Amino acid sequence: MTTTTATPSPAATTSQSVRQQQWREFWFYFSASKTAVAGLVFLIGVILVALFADFISPHLPAEQYREFAEIPPAWMEGGQMRFFLGTDYAGRDMLSRIIHGARLSLLAGCIVVLLSASIGIFLGLVAGFKGGWVETIIMRVMDTIMAVPGLLMALVLVALLGPGLLNAMVAIAITYTPSFVRLARASTINEMNRDYVTASRVAGAGPLRLMFISILPNCMAPLIVQGTLSFSTAILDTAALGFLGMGAQAPLPEWGTLIAENRDLMLSAPWTVTFPGIAILLAVLAINLMGDGLRDALDPKLKRS
Amino acid sequence: MFKFLFKRLLVLVPVFFGVTLVAFGFIRALPGDPVEVLAGERGVTPERHAELMAQLGFDKPMWQQYLSYVGDVLQGDLGTSLITNRPVVEEFFELFPATAELGLCAILFAILLGIPAGIIAAVKRGSFVDQGIMSLSLVGYSMPIFWWGLLLIILFSNTLNLTPVSGRLSFLFDVEPVTGFMLVDTLLSDEEGSFWNALHHLVLPSVVLGTIPLAVIARQTRSAMLEVLSEDYVRTAKAKGLSPVRVIAVHALRNAMITVITVIGLQVAVLLAGAILTETIFGWPGIGKWIIFSVFSRDYFAVQGGLLLIAVSVMAVNLIVDLLYGLINPRILH
Amino acid sequence: MALLDICNLSVEFATAHGALKAVDGVDLKLDEGEIVAIVGESGSGKSVAMLALMGLLPWTAKVTADRMLFDGQDLLTMSAKQRRKIIGKDISMIFQEPMTSLNPCFSVGHQISEVLAQHFGGSRRSHKARTIELLQQVGIPAAETRLKAYPHQLSGGMCQRVMIAMMIACQPKLLIADEPTTALDVTIQAQILELLVELQQANGMALVLITHDMAVVAETADRVVVQYAGQQVEQRAVKDLFENPRHPYTQALLRALPEHSQGELLNAIPGVVPGQLDRPVGCLFNPRCEHVQEHCRQTPPTRNEDILCHYPLPLAGQKP
Repeated sequence: MTTTTATPSPAATTSQSVRQQQWREFWFYFSASKTAVAGLVFLIGVILVALFADFISPHLPAEQYREFAEIPPAWMEGGQMRFFLGTDYAGRDMLSRIIHGARLSLLAGCIVVLLSASIGIFLGLVAGFKGGWVETIIMRVMDTIMAVPGLLMALVLVALLGPGLLNAMVAIAITYTPSFVRLARASTINEMNRDYVTASRVAGAGPLRLMFISILPNCMAPLIVQGTLSFSTAILDTAALGFLGMGAQAPLPEWGTLIAENRDLMLSAPWTVTFPGIAILLAVLAINLMGDGLRDALDPKLKRS
Repeated sequence: MFKFLFKRLLVLVPVFFGVTLVAFGFIRALPGDPVEVLAGERGVTPERHAELMAQLGFDKPMWQQYLSYVGDVLQGDLGTSLITNRPVVEEFFELFPATAELGLCAILFAILLGIPAGIIAAVKRGSFVDQGIMSLSLVGYSMPIFWWGLLLIILFSNTLNLTPVSGRLSFLFDVEPVTGFMLVDTLLSDEEGSFWNALHHLVLPSVVLGTIPLAVIARQTRSAMLEVLSEDYVRTAKAKGLSPVRVIAVHALRNAMITVITVIGLQVAVLLAGAILTETIFGWPGIGKWIIFSVFSRDYFAVQGGLLLIAVSVMAVNLIVDLLYGLINPRILH
Repeated sequence: MALLDICNLSVEFATAHGALKAVDGVDLKLDEGEIVAIVGESGSGKSVAMLALMGLLPWTAKVTADRMLFDGQDLLTMSAKQRRKIIGKDISMIFQEPMTSLNPCFSVGHQISEVLAQHFGGSRRSHKARTIELLQQVGIPAAETRLKAYPHQLSGGMCQRVMIAMMIACQPKLLIADEPTTALDVTIQAQILELLVELQQANGMALVLITHDMAVVAETADRVVVQYAGQQVEQRAVKDLFENPRHPYTQALLRALPEHSQGELLNAIPGVVPGQLDRPVGCLFNPRCEHVQEHCRQTPPTRNEDILCHYPLPLAGQKP
């Protein structure tokens, strides 16, 4: 019990240096994987593009150059440098639409992860901490959500709430919640039996303090990895709903919506479909590369000498 | 073994009731007046309104409504489609074989390619082959499959003219539906060449639908194999003087399959979600296309019934996977 | 001609921190029907040397030797395929962890008859009678019904018996037992050892017993090899070695036996076996040696009369 009565100041400094040490160790393992770093760099690039879309994009995303409809990309015959990736049926610049679409996709991914992670972690902590009937109810509800394929659940919810980007995000977030609940609950139960939790409980910490200050930081690693992987699938699912006409509605330049609205041009102007898809693929790939690196760096079970 | 399956079945009971609750809640949560939404009648007199409410059962207390709904479900009555006026169950099972056929072909494609790829990557760990397989599988895992499908159509159907664009069978053939599985039905029929035609129609949709499961299975097989290959019993197998092929294909693979089977089971839900997209792209007349159509046409009873039946199918398939898991794992079998 | 003749065997592992020398210049000669014990602390490279002989090391290991002859055949130059005809048949090995060394997915009978099918041909079924005989030989009661048992249904001792049955199935000329009793209950340990010696005598095979238990050595072995940090520090007949250890490490090992303890304290050897990153200069044992001299800290010793020491302890009756 001597550890719990240690004076705060040395404890604070050591915890700070421990955290630094952890960061350094994390970065050592993460940077060992070149692909993970490449993914991170690419993702930062996409984020910058999304942030400064207004300055980077050559045209307004909704601006219609009617006389320049279905212009092929610059390097193809009949292409123009003005419209580097070509134009769609209404003469809108594909590059500008994709750049602005990055905003929507990243935003959607972020919101979905934040929503599902915060709700999921909270419910998981409560379930693991309280046990008993609270846990049973939470876990059965999660089982139910998991029994329905994610995209179908999202579709049904969108059918209920009406189509639109916001509703699509809420719907997807709900379908992602169970995996966070399960992870958070499992880690909580795991951590609950550790000595430090018993120690802080004996020291008189309240349940909220125990849950969020003592237990949560120690089971963050798998949650961070899950969050990263959810981020990429959220982008995919948002795009899928957009493609089905259940997510973002035209004229919003969301990537999935872009593919849907140009689907009829698929054969006559394939670039209108190809480039938004490549954008989705690359963004998701970058996040997954980073996620793999994160998992290797954070999961001590997989660490190898 | 029976105890194990029974336990699994027992876990599914609350999930089943959970799903009925969701399906039930879906209809009750619809915004607007149920008579206008579900019966499609607007501006009716109060008497007619009350009559319709009673007909739909909306005048009873909530718990009674739920109980009678569950009762109906257990008797196989999932309501009537608002569009076609046919029982939802009937529509579902008419379209189900098409989706099942597509799903089976897709998972077969994923397993037949994914497991060998995963084994090779694990055995040649760190080599260029390993890196190549793992990179490809990560790309597959990151693939927006609706776009992938369109891309393959552009390439194979349009440019190379190798595969048909949509549907299950060319309209030139007249095949009687016996099982609902086109590959079987065409074999049973005397239409020459129809089997190959049906197979041609299946190739692209199966590849598209199987892409993500393929990537997942390859990755998981690799990591399971890596784990198993470092086990003591693999060393024992080598110490017995067995050939490397036998050590890997018999001693290691059998153990690795225990985890891989679970992963394949989890892909069933992924597959059904993917079927919604794949069927939309390829004009495949299955459950996925039907449910999208139902959502668009506000056929709420069809959506409700589809939701429930798909969830039950997922549970059923997972139970079958559990059975396989038990059969392959002697710790459960004995 | 010796059954086994190994000269200057070394094994290096490629690791993230450079090469790790796990076995360093080990010699071993073995005659038919002889029992040799290899002793040493954990990390002394006892198992690795024998795994190298079996060809069971992972690909990160680099095995070199001047000579590695078994029954007149050169194990170093033969192809992997030829080697597999010897491994499991003429040379076989049992391991430390019986529970994890058996494949959990196959029945005991399957795993034993598999060896027979591999080396003698025929189907697994045709070897059923021999499998039952083997199980009886290793003292498994109701052998016939145990054929269908899976490893998880057996105890650790039973698993080790199955392992032994599997490895003597082809009547090997050499059996290597890698700490065969360490993972077992104390009461079972003696039984398993007794069984091994019994089988060794009945079949006339040579036995290499890897252990860190000096008591086991005294009871069973004809000759002892003492290893320290991958090096072979002393090699002598068992009786000689116990009466008159020449290497300080051997002496320390013997003193650490419980019967030499003073009061309640065991005479543990201070310190640990050096790892990859803290290898001392000079004699590898010098930081822990109680007879250490300045010379030991500078120059690595060479082997003399099978003793790797600058200042070996005197023979009995002689004063230095």
